[in-house]
Amino acid sequence: MKRRTFLGGTIAVTTLGLASRVDAQQPPIKIGMSMPQTGGLAGGGKASLLGIEIWRDDVNAKGGLLGRKVELVVYDDKSSASETPAIYSKLLDVDKVDLLFAPYATVPTAPIMPLVKQRGLLLMGNFSFQVNSKVQHDMWFNNAPWGPPDSWPDSFLEIAQKAGAKSVAFLSADQEFAQNLVVIAREVAKKRNMPVVFDQAYPPSTVEFSSIVRALKAAKPDVVYVSSYPPDSAGILRAVNEIGIGDNVKVFGGGMVGLQFGAVMENMGSLLNGVVNYNSWLPEPKMYYEGTKEFFDKYTKRAVEAKVDPLGYYLAPFGYASGQLVEAAVKAVGSFDQKAIAKYLHEHEMQTIVGPMSFGPDGERKENAVLQAQFRGIVDKNIEQFRSPGKQVILFPEKLKSGDLITPFEAARK
Amino acid sequence: MFSFDLLLDAVAIGVLLGCFYAAVSLGLSLSFGLLDVPHVAHPAFLVMASYGVYFLNENYGIDPLLAGLLITPLLFVFGLVAYRIYYETFEKRGSDAGVRGIAFFFGVAFIIEVLLILQFGVDQRSVTASYIGKAWRIGDMRIPFRLLVAFAVAAALTILLTLYLSRTFMGRAIRAVAQDQEALRLMGANPIRIKQWAFGIATAVLGIAGALLIIVAPVEPTLDRSYIGRTFCVVVMAGLGSMAGTLVAAIILGVAETIVLTLFGASWAPAVSFGMLLAVLAVRPQGLFGRRS
Repeated sequence: MKRRTFLGGTIAVTTLGLASRVDAQQPPIKIGMSMPQTGGLAGGGKASLLGIEIWRDDVNAKGGLLGRKVELVVYDDKSSASETPAIYSKLLDVDKVDLLFAPYATVPTAPIMPLVKQRGLLLMGNFSFQVNSKVQHDMWFNNAPWGPPDSWPDSFLEIAQKAGAKSVAFLSADQEFAQNLVVIAREVAKKRNMPVVFDQAYPPSTVEFSSIVRALKAAKPDVVYVSSYPPDSAGILRAVNEIGIGDNVKVFGGGMVGLQFGAVMENMGSLLNGVVNYNSWLPEPKMYYEGTKEFFDKYTKRAVEAKVDPLGYYLAPFGYASGQLVEAAVKAVGSFDQKAIAKYLHEHEMQTIVGPMSFGPDGERKENAVLQAQFRGIVDKNIEQFRSPGKQVILFPEKLKSGDLITPFEAARK
Repeated sequence: MFSFDLLLDAVAIGVLLGCFYAAVSLGLSLSFGLLDVPHVAHPAFLVMASYGVYFLNENYGIDPLLAGLLITPLLFVFGLVAYRIYYETFEKRGSDAGVRGIAFFFGVAFIIEVLLILQFGVDQRSVTASYIGKAWRIGDMRIPFRLLVAFAVAAALTILLTLYLSRTFMGRAIRAVAQDQEALRLMGANPIRIKQWAFGIATAVLGIAGALLIIVAPVEPTLDRSYIGRTFCVVVMAGLGSMAGTLVAAIILGVAETIVLTLFGASWAPAVSFGMLLAVLAVRPQGLFGRRS
């Protein structure tokens, strides 16, 4: 009797165990990608990869995808466009991966678009900007919240116009991404009948911004749209703090890259106050969805070991969301057929830890979900302050709004 | 749109910025200008010194300028060792040492970059001090204090180095080795030891120059690449080995860059700087303050 009970119990436990764990008999599902882990994009790339790894661990703990364990095959692309075509060819022809994720950012992603289109493969994009506009691949899905191309500067200038701004100044880095952004911003300003009173591109090697800021101030614009990279963002804000920007400037910021990363924000400290800038996720009350808090609990612990951005707001949850999109689509179609997965992603709204996502025919998000937020009450050398709500008040989109604009800019800086 | 106020402002900021360029170029004027060492790792040494200043400021709250002075002896020793390795492995071996020397210093620069990334990460680092983030107001004009600090320190460094090279025994020996190494050897002096000492001084100067670099703007490990062209441009335009010339050339470069940035469009600034260098070399191949050989 005792023996029978033991045997029965053993069989039951084993059966349950097999049902709840990944099927060891089947080969794992391999998801291949390159990721910038050295070079200029490494800070963002490492945080993004950690987000995807957390999703992998979560999905494997739940039994994998259709009972198969998920395995990531990742190579360092050194933030370089010249590396990615060879890496993705290797992923497909040597590693024989089942699905592809794109690397973080526009530059490493752009050269692999013709390859994936030619081979008819699904590609989950990772914060690239308009890489599919010319290729027109119908199996591309960008996890970034950009929406239509003009939505990014449009929401910023809309906020400025509501605050009474009439004229606009543009200050932009003389590099591809910043110039793409400012070209669109000029078109938006024209549509909104906002005269441009200052428009200057500066070389990436610029050391000192005092004289540029002085010239900008002399033009007396109502709104200043800055499209800059991290080293320049710090220099511009420092010069604005010392030289001043004029009492008539109602809104300042827009497209400043770097102000989304923990270390850069900690470095700039109180210089950030009053700046209105784009972002993707912030710890404001309306930004939490199912699983968001749990994700950041895990990320915060693992970021210390991985030596990546301790906050990880900008990219990491979107890496996790890419995994969630694939997970939901694979479960719904019941196979790894890439055409079926792409069809499902085009036709359905998906729930993720960064909110609902739905895609247009070009694979970009249907709605503009780029946040415009204003820095408030920031003190120097304190990264922990950015974990609290109210430090980056969301002004746009309306449904996620967590406060009103403080204007003019000089008043908001105090 | 031309404005006299803007022009005046641009000239003032340009002079201060030029003094900062002089401070970061003085060491190179000594190592490349006087000693003829193709020291392309000079900006990497400079960024490394900035990280030393950052470390002391961040962990012990030491003022950046004082921190720059504190690391100066360490940099002097580092310079002595670096030159000895360069001499033993490259310079000693033959006539093509110059070309191989460039490869050596490029290698050293990349190693420094990688070590800084491993130790401090890829993010920007900055320092705090009472004079950073404030400005001196004169009418409508505002001059950032950090640039005034750069101006004062660059002027002091230039005077000290000029006095050292002209009034001390070792300084005169360095100038002698720059003019005729063989003659010095015939007089019983060891030119290699003098060159090693001079390279140590050139590296030690970077302690205070590195402090200025991180006072003026945040630094990151690959920042040295932005300074290679600028520092060599200043030294060559000045005339190799002239300390006062380095200050004047750097001020000319700073003013030209700032006027172009302010009044003609920022994209032209680098082209104008290097255009000026070419123009100076066409008229005076020995540089503004160099002697005809």
